[in-house]
Amino acid sequence: MSQIETFYEVMRRQGITRRSFLKFCSLTAAALGLGPAFVPRIANAMETKPRTPVLWIHGLECTCCSESFIRSAHPLVKDVVLSMISLDYDDTLMAAAGHQAEASLEQTMQKYKGEYILAVEGNPPLNEDGMFCIVGGKPFLDQLKHAAKDAKAVIAWGSCASWGCVQAARPNPTQAVPIHKVITDKPIIKVPGCPPIAEVMTGVITYMLTFGKLPELDRQGRPKMFYGQRIHDKCYRRPHFDAGQFVEHWDDEGARKGYCLYKAGCKGPTSYNACSTVRWNGGVSFPIQSGHGCIGCSEDGFWDKGSFYSRLSNIPQFGIEKNADDIGLAVTGGVGAAIAAHAAVSAIKRMQDKGEQA
Amino acid sequence: MALEKSLADAGHDQVRKQTAVYVYEAPVRLWHWVTALCIVTLSITGYLIGVPLPTMPGEASDNYLMGYIRFAHFSAGYVLALGLLGRIYWAFVGNHHARELFLVPIHKKAWWHELIHELRWYLFLEKTPKKYIGHNPLGQLAMFSVFVIGAIFMSVTGFALYGEGTGQGSWADRLFGWVIPLFGQSLDVHSWHRLGMWYILMFVMIHVYLAIREDIMSRQSLISTMVGGWRMFKDDKPD
Repeated sequence: MSQIETFYEVMRRQGITRRSFLKFCSLTAAALGLGPAFVPRIANAMETKPRTPVLWIHGLECTCCSESFIRSAHPLVKDVVLSMISLDYDDTLMAAAGHQAEASLEQTMQKYKGEYILAVEGNPPLNEDGMFCIVGGKPFLDQLKHAAKDAKAVIAWGSCASWGCVQAARPNPTQAVPIHKVITDKPIIKVPGCPPIAEVMTGVITYMLTFGKLPELDRQGRPKMFYGQRIHDKCYRRPHFDAGQFVEHWDDEGARKGYCLYKAGCKGPTSYNACSTVRWNGGVSFPIQSGHGCIGCSEDGFWDKGSFYSRLSNIPQFGIEKNADDIGLAVTGGVGAAIAAHAAVSAIKRMQDKGEQA
Repeated sequence: MALEKSLADAGHDQVRKQTAVYVYEAPVRLWHWVTALCIVTLSITGYLIGVPLPTMPGEASDNYLMGYIRFAHFSAGYVLALGLLGRIYWAFVGNHHARELFLVPIHKKAWWHELIHELRWYLFLEKTPKKYIGHNPLGQLAMFSVFVIGAIFMSVTGFALYGEGTGQGSWADRLFGWVIPLFGQSLDVHSWHRLGMWYILMFVMIHVYLAIREDIMSRQSLISTMVGGWRMFKDDKPD
């Protein structure tokens, strides 16, 4: 293969009509929050640009990111994106295995030095020199550093790569860390979520490939187009929040009427993700629509923020299951008791002094 | 610089001489009571934002309870923060008592001695308190470390959280958005902001108690001073 095909060529080869191709471009523009003026730009980029090689490596993870990705219901994305990008290495999806697979990783790294995109699913454990995660006979930590060395950019798929997720939750015996603790010299795009929404994943890749640059990132390195707002900001149950109408118990009238799940511990007001707009499974539903509060899976350390069913998170320094109000009530109660005792002693002292004076 | 006047005050059984000093200028007094009102409003509404009232009956379109509670919280927050800025400005242009809240003279040996004296007074180990025109050292330390630091902390975390609602690019997000990743994530800032509320409530309890107690037991006026600005002394003895 001397010349890499463009996206358009691949699509046509797969029997996709030009009409469908342009529809895909419009849908992509809409999904990325771009105006109609960008449709021809996307089409042009896809007709002229060679496919960018992508290496997809897996550390400590559950593969839910891959599971989500391959279910991208965006019609053409499902059929095309996997062929569109030149996915040269992905040990859970590729046909090759063992030495052959590892050889293709090396080959791509050499051939497209500084050009390929490294997609990381999962994260490296640092304890015991990385022995808690072995890929191809070597610690994943080494593979990650090796593959990141010549990458153009790095995508952190999911909450594992972005924040650490469940394996980094307290007490984190393997010392799993998000990839930005290991890769410090490359731009990293965080696409958090457990897993991220399929259309968000394909959207980020499409943006990078068509525009040849990283999407605009927020302070924490997440693409603004998908992580710019909280679930709460676009939640269809928001009017019930503003009205003060809440689900108090799972089987109450409010639950049946679809009231706000805030009191049931919904983390929508503190979670940045696109669930309330893009939704899941091709726009069928999302957790809140299905009657359960958001658990904040796209937020840093969400496993350690107390119950999924309480708005006030646990503060572990004060013992198990203590939140800000428990601590506050204990402290102010103690202060109140101290004041009462002090006032009593003061009054007695004053009476004594008065007695002495008289 | 302080205006002084002497007035004879007829006590119950003896004539007590009182000397009065003008301590708190009008803007300081106004700020004090506005801030007090803000703290009450912010604490009640803030508590109810974290732990909302029971569900409202009727249609969502007929109710806006959380909206009103949040509006009251944000408005009071603005007033508190702007008041704090105004108060800092007044520390520069006001009389020297206006600076006591912000500049604690920890480099002065005498201040430490008086601090210990004040502690002993509260522990019933001293028979007579000292006279103070402004704050006593213990009060000054508490004002700075709990109230000033607490109010700044609450303003910064509060506007960071407010910026999440007003959205990326809003002034609150531009100025205070960096606070959220500093604490970890939004939920952490919420937890700290709530702990801050309890911290300030603890201050309010002690502040109110000691103001009343000192008004009765110390040698100078307190509560009336924050209303009228004049510090009255109950005796003529030195210090």
